Amino acid sequence: MVPLSWYIMLSAVVFSIGVIGFLTRRNLIIVFISVELMLNAANISLVAFSHYLQSIKGQIMVFFIITVAAAEAAIGLAILIAFYRNNPTIKVDEINLLKG
Amino acid sequence: MPGTYIPLNYLPVLIILIVATLVGLLPLLLGIILRPKRYYPLKLTPYESGNPPVGEPQSKFSVRFYIIAMLFVVFDVEAVFLYPWAVAYDRIGLYGFIEMIIFIFILLIGYIYVWEKKALEWE
Amino acid sequence: MELNKLDLFSIRLIAPEIILISIALILILLDLVIKRKETIAFVGVLGTLTAAYVNYKLCAMGWTGSTLLGMFAFDGYANFFKLIFYINIILTIFISLRYMVLEEASFGEYYSLILFATSGMMFMASAVDLIVLYVGLELMALSTYILVGITRRQVRSNEAALKYFFLGAFSSAFLLYGISLTYGLTGTTNLKEIASALQNLNLLENPILFLGMILVIAAFGFKIALVPFHMWAPDAYEGAPTSITSFMSIGPKAAAFAALGRVLFDAFGPMHVQWSSILIPLSVITMAAGNIIAIAQTNIKRMLAYSSIAHAGYALLGIIAGTHGGLSSMMNYMAIYAFMNIGAFAVVIMLRSKGFRGEELTDYEGLAKSHPAASALMLIFMFSLTGIPPTAGFIAKFYIFMEAINAGYTPLVIIAVIFSAISAFFYLRVVMYMYMKEPKAHVTLSTSPAIFLTIAVTAAVTLILGLFPSLLVELAKMSIAGF
Repeated sequence: MVPLSWYIMLSAVVFSIGVIGFLTRRNLIIVFISVELMLNAANISLVAFSHYLQSIKGQIMVFFIITVAAAEAAIGLAILIAFYRNNPTIKVDEINLLKG
Repeated sequence: MPGTYIPLNYLPVLIILIVATLVGLLPLLLGIILRPKRYYPLKLTPYESGNPPVGEPQSKFSVRFYIIAMLFVVFDVEAVFLYPWAVAYDRIGLYGFIEMIIFIFILLIGYIYVWEKKALEWE
Repeated sequence: MELNKLDLFSIRLIAPEIILISIALILILLDLVIKRKETIAFVGVLGTLTAAYVNYKLCAMGWTGSTLLGMFAFDGYANFFKLIFYINIILTIFISLRYMVLEEASFGEYYSLILFATSGMMFMASAVDLIVLYVGLELMALSTYILVGITRRQVRSNEAALKYFFLGAFSSAFLLYGISLTYGLTGTTNLKEIASALQNLNLLENPILFLGMILVIAAFGFKIALVPFHMWAPDAYEGAPTSITSFMSIGPKAAAFAALGRVLFDAFGPMHVQWSSILIPLSVITMAAGNIIAIAQTNIKRMLAYSSIAHAGYALLGIIAGTHGGLSSMMNYMAIYAFMNIGAFAVVIMLRSKGFRGEELTDYEGLAKSHPAASALMLIFMFSLTGIPPTAGFIAKFYIFMEAINAGYTPLVIIAVIFSAISAFFYLRVVMYMYMKEPKAHVTLSTSPAIFLTIAVTAAVTLILGLFPSLLVELAKMSIAGF
């Protein structure tokens, strides 16, 4: 069996890629995908823990995360489209109406 | 601990991974090495047959696609709850059945809303 | 997780939430057939009152306990916060009625989303399991994202929603990763069981668990806008419709405080030394940045956003104290803050009229000459937000500082008092503009009976609680008794 720490390392790596992507990328769609990556990193570690602890709760949590991530994606895209209609840019640097 | 464990069972996966990468990369690499390099403007156009390209390379999708895709994602993912429910149906009995009816009913309200708001119509 | 533990009768304890969600679903359907949005708002208020009444009845019968397989607690702590949420819904709907018509965004979904967001908050306040906590938090957050962007023809509102959404999603990913680490080490998601696992498995010094706790605290820090995680708050508060700014400066903040209190006290209770050492610097920089940046603001919504950040810093003292007294003073603070803040936003909303934003501080110049009553009420709210007696804001601060001193955090309280004095500068500047400057332009107030009622209620409560603080303080102490 693959040891637990491998899965945890994988999830830590995926999570870090997500965080770095969120902080450095300038295209909103990529930023959005980075957030999804972070959620899936949490899913990986939850499923791994759930398997190794022989406890079902982690997998229940994953179901909820998947569902909520889908709802989040729908709402995020809707907000993005509403924004794009009034202001055709998806570059992070050009979203600067509100500041101070 | 990493390092002490060697996943021998996964060796074929590693081999196929390497083979697949090579199959993809080798022809490209060979092409780069072997082909003569003579660039001139006509050569660099997307269609060498002489057709001038029209429009942007990244064409815009109608916003309709996004709406349909969003609705699909939301309604599709709910199936995640249907599978475990169906598998454990004989053990959770009437309680689980009523729960699922309520769940589907809430989705139905969303569906009626979407329908009445004409989000499902193309034009 | 035995199925025979599913006690159908205990479902009664989530009756208020079920009622609220049913009403929200009914409102979605009603919106398709009814064109008059006032009717929808009325049904929403009626539903909220029903839920509040049922909740009160359940309390009066003395029922406490947990349901949903021990994931959902019905106790005084949760019910106190739910009281704040009910008040928040009703007053928000009251101040929205006229305003959303002015913003040309009078949608029926608006009221439905307010109810959905609030039911999410109620689940957060009651959650004793990380799964329910997460789902409640997301229900609240997703509804609030839409509410912030509901005036979808205004670029400001779109941009606010966009920023709020991205940073909110980012923070919930942190929460999840923190939850997954905690779950992996303790083997459970139940808060009480986490606490006992911490002791039994000897995890108190475990660095990974510490990391998990930091991630959870950071995620809640986003929701209550603590300073390194506050970047979204001013933008979201400024761009959102004012009624929603008011709604989200109270509901989500109180809900996140409720959940944070429960997580830190119930689950990470044995690690008080560790988490208070994280929260103390957060609280200090939150008070510092909130109060100092607020001075530089010219937009009143943005100023109130920074004020809201600063208030989160004060309220955090109640959690840092780590005692039940501290927790009850935090609850007290949240309730009083709800009243004075909704009141202040109600006055801001009144200044908005057709073709006039009324959000700049200079719009308040000489308001006392043309509208003495509105100015006097704004004066009460500003005094209360500063914490000047005899208003409720003073009581809120007094009790929280006292509890922090009792717990031995005197230096922290001294810092808080200094920043509280600094805050007088920008709160009283609004008063100064109203009373000591000559009016530049004629400002017409968009009034309605509902706004009058809101302002009257909030002003009365602000004064009454300032004069008779024991009413609320005793309620908070009583609520915390069974915690």
